Amino acid sequence: MTDCSLLTCGVEDERTFEMDDYADAMPRWCPGCGDHAVLTAVERVLEKEQLRPEQTVFVSGIGCSSRFPHYLDTYGFHGLHGRALPLATGVKLSRPDLNVFVVMGDGDCTSIGAGHWLHALRYNMRMVVLMLDNEVYGLTKKQTSPTTPLGFPTNTQPRGSYLPPLNPISVMLGMTNASFIAQTADWVPAHLFETIEAAFHHDGFAFIRVLQRCPVFSANIFERAVKSPDLTELLVDDQGINVTNLGGLYKNLLRHDPSDLDRARWLAEPSDKIRLGLFYQNQAHPKYEETRKVKHHTPAEKIALLNTELDRYAV
Amino acid sequence: MSANATTSATKTSRTRAKKPRVIKASQHILEVVSDSGEGAQKCGQSFGLISAKMGNGVWTVEIIPAEIQPPVRTPGSASGVRIRLGEDKITNWGDETNLVIAFNEQVLLSRHRLDALADNATILIESAWETHEDPSVRQAWTTAMEELSTKSYRFINVPMEEQTLTITDNPRRGKNMFALGVLSWIYKRDMDKVRAQITDQFVKKGDEVVKANIDLVELGETWASKNIEFRIDVKPTAPEQEMVVMNGNQATAMGAIASGMELCSMYPITPATSVSHSLGDIFETFGGIVHQAEDEIAAIGVAIGASFAGNVAFTVTSGPGMALKTEFIGLAVMTETPLVIVDVQRGGPSTGLPTKVEQADLLAAIFGQPGDVPHVVMAPSTIEDCFHAVITARRIAETFRCVVMVLTDANLATGVQPFVRPALDTRWHAAPLNLEPVGDNASPYDWNNDTGLSQRFIPGQPGGMFTATGLAHDKNSKVDYSPDNNEKTMAMRSRKIAVLQSTLKPPTVHGEDDGDILVVGWGSTKGAIEEAVDRANETGLRASSLHLTFLSPLEPGLKGIFSRFKKVMTVEINYSDRVGDPYITDESRRRGQLSWLLRASTLADVDCWTRVPGQPLRPGAILDAIVKNIPIGATHD
Repeated sequence: MTDCSLLTCGVEDERTFEMDDYADAMPRWCPGCGDHAVLTAVERVLEKEQLRPEQTVFVSGIGCSSRFPHYLDTYGFHGLHGRALPLATGVKLSRPDLNVFVVMGDGDCTSIGAGHWLHALRYNMRMVVLMLDNEVYGLTKKQTSPTTPLGFPTNTQPRGSYLPPLNPISVMLGMTNASFIAQTADWVPAHLFETIEAAFHHDGFAFIRVLQRCPVFSANIFERAVKSPDLTELLVDDQGINVTNLGGLYKNLLRHDPSDLDRARWLAEPSDKIRLGLFYQNQAHPKYEETRKVKHHTPAEKIALLNTELDRYAV
Repeated sequence: MSANATTSATKTSRTRAKKPRVIKASQHILEVVSDSGEGAQKCGQSFGLISAKMGNGVWTVEIIPAEIQPPVRTPGSASGVRIRLGEDKITNWGDETNLVIAFNEQVLLSRHRLDALADNATILIESAWETHEDPSVRQAWTTAMEELSTKSYRFINVPMEEQTLTITDNPRRGKNMFALGVLSWIYKRDMDKVRAQITDQFVKKGDEVVKANIDLVELGETWASKNIEFRIDVKPTAPEQEMVVMNGNQATAMGAIASGMELCSMYPITPATSVSHSLGDIFETFGGIVHQAEDEIAAIGVAIGASFAGNVAFTVTSGPGMALKTEFIGLAVMTETPLVIVDVQRGGPSTGLPTKVEQADLLAAIFGQPGDVPHVVMAPSTIEDCFHAVITARRIAETFRCVVMVLTDANLATGVQPFVRPALDTRWHAAPLNLEPVGDNASPYDWNNDTGLSQRFIPGQPGGMFTATGLAHDKNSKVDYSPDNNEKTMAMRSRKIAVLQSTLKPPTVHGEDDGDILVVGWGSTKGAIEEAVDRANETGLRASSLHLTFLSPLEPGLKGIFSRFKKVMTVEINYSDRVGDPYITDESRRRGQLSWLLRASTLADVDCWTRVPGQPLRPGAILDAIVKNIPIGATHD
């Protein structure tokens, strides 16, 4: 699709990029917000992979976390609430050569954008999809989100939320064409980095739920888990995400073969532990951008073809 | 005349061998109606295509039931096609129907009740029902015939079932081709062209199917030649130029291909969907993709994403879909991402009349987005226009980094008309992606102060990195809420539209440049309005008309043109309160949508005559409206 440019015509690109090269505006998130850690981890991945900034697109919706593209010196599309995925689908469908990252919040992804979320997974286009889940609406100042824990008081449900939370991991694992489903947390930066890195290398739609602290509106939701690593269980496997160098803090290691969908679904069910790691991976599903790949033609070729087509309508 | 009387007349005529009477006509309107599923649409469409290919002027309108499988032998089951046939170019569906071939009396009733048929229409009707073994069917026949006897229709009984049973087991599947044969004989169609059309239509189903259908057509032709006493001669005129014949949605699809677009992102909605059907068959051979999204919102989102990434895309929808796309339209305008939206209008509000025509999306299209959302709205007025409008729309969208809406309607979408075969041009295509590096100080919205135009950066262009955002932003796409920036950027987005307006030509007046009444229209009503004006002129009335293609921005010079007429009146297929109705005053009256727009932009006292029958307007009805509305004291030549 891309036409020839200096960078795609065999001329060696000798540029190297450091983390700072990917940074743009100073983030305006609150001090202590988990989004900072995600941004840093993403910049580390960009640096490690030496992604060309002009070949990389970050697409987001609306919410605190959706400011993400503004803080990166790549191409970006800060879209509509809930609608990051259709935009990203359009970008990838017409330009499979671009590296596409999507950043959404929990309200963005699992509430107003829930329909797109399910279908984007079915399309299985190669992109890294980060759902930054602070389990509350932040930008609009503390309303209940689908992932808000039962009974958690907010400004719209001051006597506590009425419904048990939606479980994003089990929703994703229930969908046709699930191909990479992982969970990580902003307060375990090494795991966060490795997860995004693994997602980037995944050949398909890589969905990551990042448990993310909001120091202003939902600080207490993750407080215990942050303070007591014993409450966390790391899913490890040679085929999964292996983060061994966590300073010995995280001792609960659970072997899980990420090709085992049934066990992944069982592990995603609520338990007394927060499970971080790769729940499921399957690179066998066709990618929509490949399935829909078409041969391109010059305008002159198209005119010849269209003239043949018009013959069918000729009087 | 009662049906019984004609039956005997037909019986006697079977033994007759005298030459049929030939009725010469410069134009004639015929209909084929059956129960849904009996194939009257296929019959009518084939007849229209054959006639167009012979060189007749043709305009077809589909008669569509609201359900896929409505109960048979009910007025609600009526399905078919209405064809206006002419010696020369036909620009609209005309007035009343002159000849009908009906597969049962109930579907005929629905046409009768809609006043679709001329008082003296000739009606060819399946005769099997009159003598049906089921007494309730016979009773229904008798009751229907009584109701139909209020008009002086001329009935001719046609034993469709009896005849088709001689060569097929399932008359429900064969009558339509038999009917095509009957009509082909009556209208002196070129039988080689008839056979060629049938072959083309059924070739995918194999030789046996082709032969069976040709046999049925020939059976109808033979029966008609022995039993019908008249033929109708609407002489075809050999076209001077090469012509093509298709419906408006096909023309829209072909126009999209001709414009070089490579992505149609859509969600199914009547009556727009068939654009994607036309593309679905062939688009991939052109390097194009029809993406059926999960909903209307995703459909436009994918198109915007693709366009942001460098490939101008389009989405096609109808009114309810337009409503859902509203927020994304705002985003495309705010981020100055080129986009073409085709809205095939249907009757509203809400789910309204899904299969029927209305022109009621105009104001929503122009003003329906929250915030100030300057963009372009244009409306093709013929099927040929549908082809060219998409090409123009894409070029404007790209040149001005803006959203262009193309408003067609159900009448254009399904109507079939021949038009001059377009001479395709590579310049219609989008420029290839330019991924040259961007200079150090280049900005993604480096607005030219005079024009509001700016260069568009595409992902892949080194140095051009920016984050498009729906938030207020400065020339570098950085979020900026400052008063000065907001004032400026609003003006920049708006100015582009004024620049486009400055390139438009003033509309041409159909008829005299001044006079007593000027009828202003937009979209699919053009042919009917101009025919009405011509007829008014023939009676000496000083009427003219003007048809707008661009609705936003409006074409220049309207105020000057309006000032030369004693009265200006829009004719539209959308709702307006009627003067004289309870509570309706000059102050409270809700007017036709174009009339609101013209009053606001020209300060002229633009009246309106609008109707919402779910059908195209008849030229005769528009003529009546002209006669009634011409100012008192108007001069008569």
